Amino acid sequence: MDDAIAVHDLVVDRGGRRVLDGISCRVPRGAVTGLLGPSGSGKTTFMRAVVGVQLVAGGTVTVLGQPAGTPALRHRVGYLTQAPSVYADLTVRENARYFAALFGRGRAEADRAISDVGLAEAAGQLVGTLSGGQRSRASLACALVGEPELVILDEPTVGQDPVLRADLWARFHAMAAAGTTLLVSSHVMDEAARCDRLLLIRQGRLIADDSPAAIRAAAGVDDLDEAFLRLIRAGEATPTSTDATDARETA
Amino acid sequence: MNPRILAATTGRILRQLRHDRRTIALLVVVPSVLLTLVYFMYADQPTRPGQPTTFDRIALVMLGIFPFVIMFLVTSIAMLRERTSGTLERLLTTPLGKLDLLFGYGIAFGLAAAVQAAVAAAVAYWIFDLETAGSIGLVIGIAVLDAVLGVALGLLCSAFARTEFQAVQFLPVVVIPQLLLCGLFVARDQMAGWLQALSDAFPLSYAIEALQEVGAHAEPTGRMWRDVAVVFGAVVLALVLAAATLRRRSG
Repeated sequence: MDDAIAVHDLVVDRGGRRVLDGISCRVPRGAVTGLLGPSGSGKTTFMRAVVGVQLVAGGTVTVLGQPAGTPALRHRVGYLTQAPSVYADLTVRENARYFAALFGRGRAEADRAISDVGLAEAAGQLVGTLSGGQRSRASLACALVGEPELVILDEPTVGQDPVLRADLWARFHAMAAAGTTLLVSSHVMDEAARCDRLLLIRQGRLIADDSPAAIRAAAGVDDLDEAFLRLIRAGEATPTSTDATDARETA
Repeated sequence: MNPRILAATTGRILRQLRHDRRTIALLVVVPSVLLTLVYFMYADQPTRPGQPTTFDRIALVMLGIFPFVIMFLVTSIAMLRERTSGTLERLLTTPLGKLDLLFGYGIAFGLAAAVQAAVAAAVAYWIFDLETAGSIGLVIGIAVLDAVLGVALGLLCSAFARTEFQAVQFLPVVVIPQLLLCGLFVARDQMAGWLQALSDAFPLSYAIEALQEVGAHAEPTGRMWRDVAVVFGAVVLALVLAAATLRRRSG
């Protein structure tokens, strides 16, 4: 019950292809969990399943104690899609106020969410006239404005300059310290080190589920990038138990 | 449905419209320009004594058809934009109910149509001397109902369109047959039986008949109220079907 998300044997097929193949994991409350993996590994699909907008072929996803997609959860979960999903023909402030209103929040919360992502000066600007990085921060403000207990962020720091990225990560950790659970996806490994826990997905399978320190220790290297590489190689080299039996029998 | 969320959604759609000055200008001006064309087309046509002039007959029907066609198109594109920009998927992860979104569109575009119909009716009555036995208020009221019918059918059809190309194709599929058979070109009772049956199945036929009742009778007739009730029923049916086709979970 201490877990914000509990996933058991999750299987998802998209377009006739198995995208997630039997994933089981837990995401603790009040922490920043990183979802790492190369492009096309199934990160977005995993997040969609947690939010409850993904049709799943098998397994269970439990979010804050309820099945994913339960109507009551829509008040408690915030979701940032990978492509910025805000109205280009509204200003940043109008977007934030609209999403605030959906969660029963007011103008003060909307303004705070805008300044939290560093867009206070652009608040009156149409989203369509913003740069790509600004636009994705406007989208982030709309995901945070409802002050949800669980925040699912699909690549929130892509295209941001290093200073802003550091600011956003500081913001994520402040939220976690205040009790919010964050699941943040990324395909850049240098962000992995900033997470409290890591889930590494590759080709629809979970390769690692641990703290950054434990993953470094298990792989015997300090560099997380190198550690992941070793884990992947080790996974490919070690035969599964049935293969091992077969091998022995052949021998 | 939630009144707060419905009001926020309606306001958001109107704000998007407000930022698009050119669309507002087109919405307000185009029907009046087209009425001007119709006026001069029929300016030299002889009129039989005791009969309404050809302009009066056609302009009255046009006042109902413009808002229907224009709002159908505007809504199809607006809803498709929600889908392709990712805002629809995001909205469906928030506390917003499907009917909040659909009725939000109905109310917002209905209000826009009220302005459009009032301007077009003012031009028809005061510049081109349109004469109807019934009141201008009823004509505008029915024109707004026609606009809402266009919105409701547009929302329903957009569920079956994945691209802009497909969405635009629904105009000839859904709108033009209703225009051809609504009684404007050939009186409904002079059509072949199977065409009459089709015409009876199309909601626009009732909307046009209601306008013709206002044109011919000083007081609202029972037939006019029946027609209005049929159109209203078609609006509710289309919105409920549209809600049923809006899926929170997708593959």
